[in-house]
Amino acid sequence: MSRYFTEDHEWVDVDGDIGTVGISEYAQEQLGDIVFVDVPDEGKELTKGDEAAVVESVKAASDVYSPVSGTVIEANASLGDTPGLVNEDPEGDGWFYKLTLADPDELSELMDEIAYQAFVAKL
Amino acid sequence: MSINASGWRPEAPISVGKTSSTTTGNKALMLEEALIFEIGDTTTTGVDFDQAPPLQGRGWGGAVPQNATADSRRGPTPNPSPEGEGLKDSRLGTLARTAPIGLPGLSEPETVRHYTRLSRQNYGIDLGFFPLGSCTMKHNPRLNEKMARLPGFADIHPLQPVDTVQGALGVINELANWLITLTGMYGVAMTPKAGAHGELCGMLCIKAALEARGEGHRKVVLVPESAHGTNPATAAFAGYTVEDIPATAEGRVDTAALLARLGPDVAAVMITNPNTCGLFERDMKVISDAVHAAGGFVYCDGANFNAIVGRVRPGDLGIDAMHINLHKTFSTPHGGGGPGSGPVVLSEALAPFGPLPFTARMADGHLQLIEEETAGDEHPHSFGRMCAFHGQMGMFTRALTYILSHGADGLRQVAEDAVLNANYILRSLDTTLEAPFGTSGPCMHEALFSDNGLAEGFSTIDVAKGLIDEGFHPMTMYFPLVVHGAMLIEPTETESKAALDQFIVALRSVAERAKAGDVSLKSAPHFAPRSRLDETLAARKPVLVWKDPDLAQAAE
Repeated sequence: MSRYFTEDHEWVDVDGDIGTVGISEYAQEQLGDIVFVDVPDEGKELTKGDEAAVVESVKAASDVYSPVSGTVIEANASLGDTPGLVNEDPEGDGWFYKLTLADPDELSELMDEIAYQAFVAKL
Repeated sequence: MSINASGWRPEAPISVGKTSSTTTGNKALMLEEALIFEIGDTTTTGVDFDQAPPLQGRGWGGAVPQNATADSRRGPTPNPSPEGEGLKDSRLGTLARTAPIGLPGLSEPETVRHYTRLSRQNYGIDLGFFPLGSCTMKHNPRLNEKMARLPGFADIHPLQPVDTVQGALGVINELANWLITLTGMYGVAMTPKAGAHGELCGMLCIKAALEARGEGHRKVVLVPESAHGTNPATAAFAGYTVEDIPATAEGRVDTAALLARLGPDVAAVMITNPNTCGLFERDMKVISDAVHAAGGFVYCDGANFNAIVGRVRPGDLGIDAMHINLHKTFSTPHGGGGPGSGPVVLSEALAPFGPLPFTARMADGHLQLIEEETAGDEHPHSFGRMCAFHGQMGMFTRALTYILSHGADGLRQVAEDAVLNANYILRSLDTTLEAPFGTSGPCMHEALFSDNGLAEGFSTIDVAKGLIDEGFHPMTMYFPLVVHGAMLIEPTETESKAALDQFIVALRSVAERAKAGDVSLKSAPHFAPRSRLDETLAARKPVLVWKDPDLAQAAE
């Protein structure tokens, strides 16, 4: 399983043709306490770059863009009651949704963990 | 000697260090009170009503006029209610209330105390310094209020015949003339109800002008980073695609980048001047000329006009449309959703497209209201109507009062003093706090600082909360977005040097504590009626309405 990052601070874990999407540790740190997460419905077709979810902190509401294209197969139901999961474990239990990848080639446009850390270090 | 044996022995208070909390929860003048629903009971009222008379029956068979004829006295047959007569029989039938209504039933003193207590917990411009930037909060002269309450201004209706409201129309017309003169523009739309509404009015004028020219295909509006946040929102709302123009390191529009982007697809440029970093856009005329040469229009956000009124005429800078927040530049109370007013001054190119209605003084001095029916051939290009009536009359009377009581020289001094005060704050604090654009020359109406240099874990919000303890309303925080941890301070022209000095001392002290990592600042305010609130919990589990605890319990 490998993890890819976008410049907009989303990550996607890929296992076969299933991707799990969330936001990075850096993103949750910047947002502050998350108070609400709006995840996409199952079956929703997403194109890479689409507004897939909304994450709201005390500070502001931010769109989460889908790092890859595909069809949503599951959303993280735990986030409804405990949006704080995104703060506590953004790159684990705080995942947003899973989708079946439409085009695995899109992954080549994303950064790996090392490249992302280097990208964040420059911000 | 004779000794008063009452036992009263005046002495200096003894410092006992930390005082314990009180039994009542009250802190002397700061009184605690339960929610209004939790005071008194719900069965009393200050107004007496007689018990409703028992129902005699249904239909109108009850009373019969005494002088009725024998025939009519027979009348319709009374229709006795099936439940019989009595108090339980209500005229509301099945709609009668079966559960308590739950409204607070307070005595007059309880009610008066409730509202008096609330008003004393409110920090307002009439109480102290309100340093909010980006939203000029200036004093509200009582003369304005007196004028606005005059019969003939306060008690009229927009549908009254124009002959009966010549004075009110005269106020609108006189104010319109002042705004045109002060801005060096050609026309003015008085109806928009607030700044962003004015922006929309201006953009709709631009749209109408472009379409009249057959250039409706221009779809791009350029908005610099230093513009107000409402600018891109307005452009998008009016159907345009918004493109950002970067700012320079000194906090102004990157003129080269803007000029490079101009082209046949650009409808307009929206620039806030003075901008949100508190700086005057020096290249305004160069930008306007280039935009015009490229066939576009220039919209200026005039929210900060109070910094240049009487000193700069936007018309001279090539601006085509600019709204003026009457409630910022020319006083009048606002904030908390209060009324605003955003007249839009228009260039000669845009004036024909302005909205209806507007006032016009005829050759004989009579004022007429130009509406759809009367626009005729003189104003056929209007984009239409964006308000039901003539605009915010209450604002017009206040703004004109402010203008006339200051006069032309007074308005010029308003701008000068506002800028002087802001620079005094900027230069008094720029050794304590980082002023990111401190080297860009004098600021205009507001001073901008960043949170750079505060101790690890400390942010602008801690400084703001500390200021509450020092007796000040906090400054604008975290805006503009281009500055990290922004603190935007606008003193306006109305504060005295003594008031500014006290604020500077307070902010310097709080900032030094934040730089030193004083942990007590993390839980400030300590002296306000409520200390630091848990904003995260409030957002995650908001309690939006009061619920009767008994009912809530019964439901569970």
